[in-house]
Amino acid sequence: MSVGLEHYLTVSILLFGLGLLGVILRRSLILMFMSLELMLNAANLALVAFSRYNNHLDGQVMVFFIITVAAAEVAVGLALLVALYRRRQTTHADDVTSMKL
Amino acid sequence: MTDLLFYIFAAMALASGFLVVANPLSRNPVTSAMFLVLTIVSLAGLFVLLHAYFLAAIQILVYAGAVMVLFLFVIMLLDLKEEERQRIKLGALISGVVAVVGLGFVLVQTVWATKPGQGAQPLLEGETVALGRALFNFEGMSPRYLLPFELVGLLLLVAMVGAMVLSKKEVK
Repeated sequence: MSVGLEHYLTVSILLFGLGLLGVILRRSLILMFMSLELMLNAANLALVAFSRYNNHLDGQVMVFFIITVAAAEVAVGLALLVALYRRRQTTHADDVTSMKL
Repeated sequence: MTDLLFYIFAAMALASGFLVVANPLSRNPVTSAMFLVLTIVSLAGLFVLLHAYFLAAIQILVYAGAVMVLFLFVIMLLDLKEEERQRIKLGALISGVVAVVGLGFVLVQTVWATKPGQGAQPLLEGETVALGRALFNFEGMSPRYLLPFELVGLLLLVAMVGAMVLSKKEVK
């Protein structure tokens, strides 16, 4: 059976599930962040596959924007983590339950 | 041949993705970051199989190059030693696995029952020239992606300034 759109979508769904599992289970903020990146990449794979089989370039343009926004998001998120660590000496989700520093 | 490559890249992406989330041997965040790099590289391989050459190059340059270096910088800067103390709670484990397996089951069943790719021919070539035309060309009289492109540039500038303001030492 030759590889088609369904195969790519299945890989994308499984990767998304792994990322979701990481966000739910791991309590270290940095690992939750990495799992978020995994979920974004899974969505990108689905978009590129749809784009190829739909014969339309808009999906790839979307992925281009997603990658750019993800880079900006990582920069700000990691800066927040550094600021949090400087104040609280922790990066665990369980220790960050109040909004007041 | 491409089918074999698809299975190799897909297995690599899924296996290293699993090792990012739940590595049985090591709780070190640096190991997770390295496996995330491996996942990203195998996804770039899948992009090449889908003929999205420009995005594959961008994936390597931006994700494996810039983003992961940032991650490693922060992990080593923060010196996370207390990683060993974390235990996964049983309630969280059960509810998380049930939710994720349920969601994945529903989605995979939907995809394989409806077969959205049936009869579709994989025709699109995503080279740099085609993608550049799609981004910058006027279609009719409307510049379709020109405004979002400029806005994303502005967003990157804002993110850069914001990251500096957030992470600089407070001067009293």
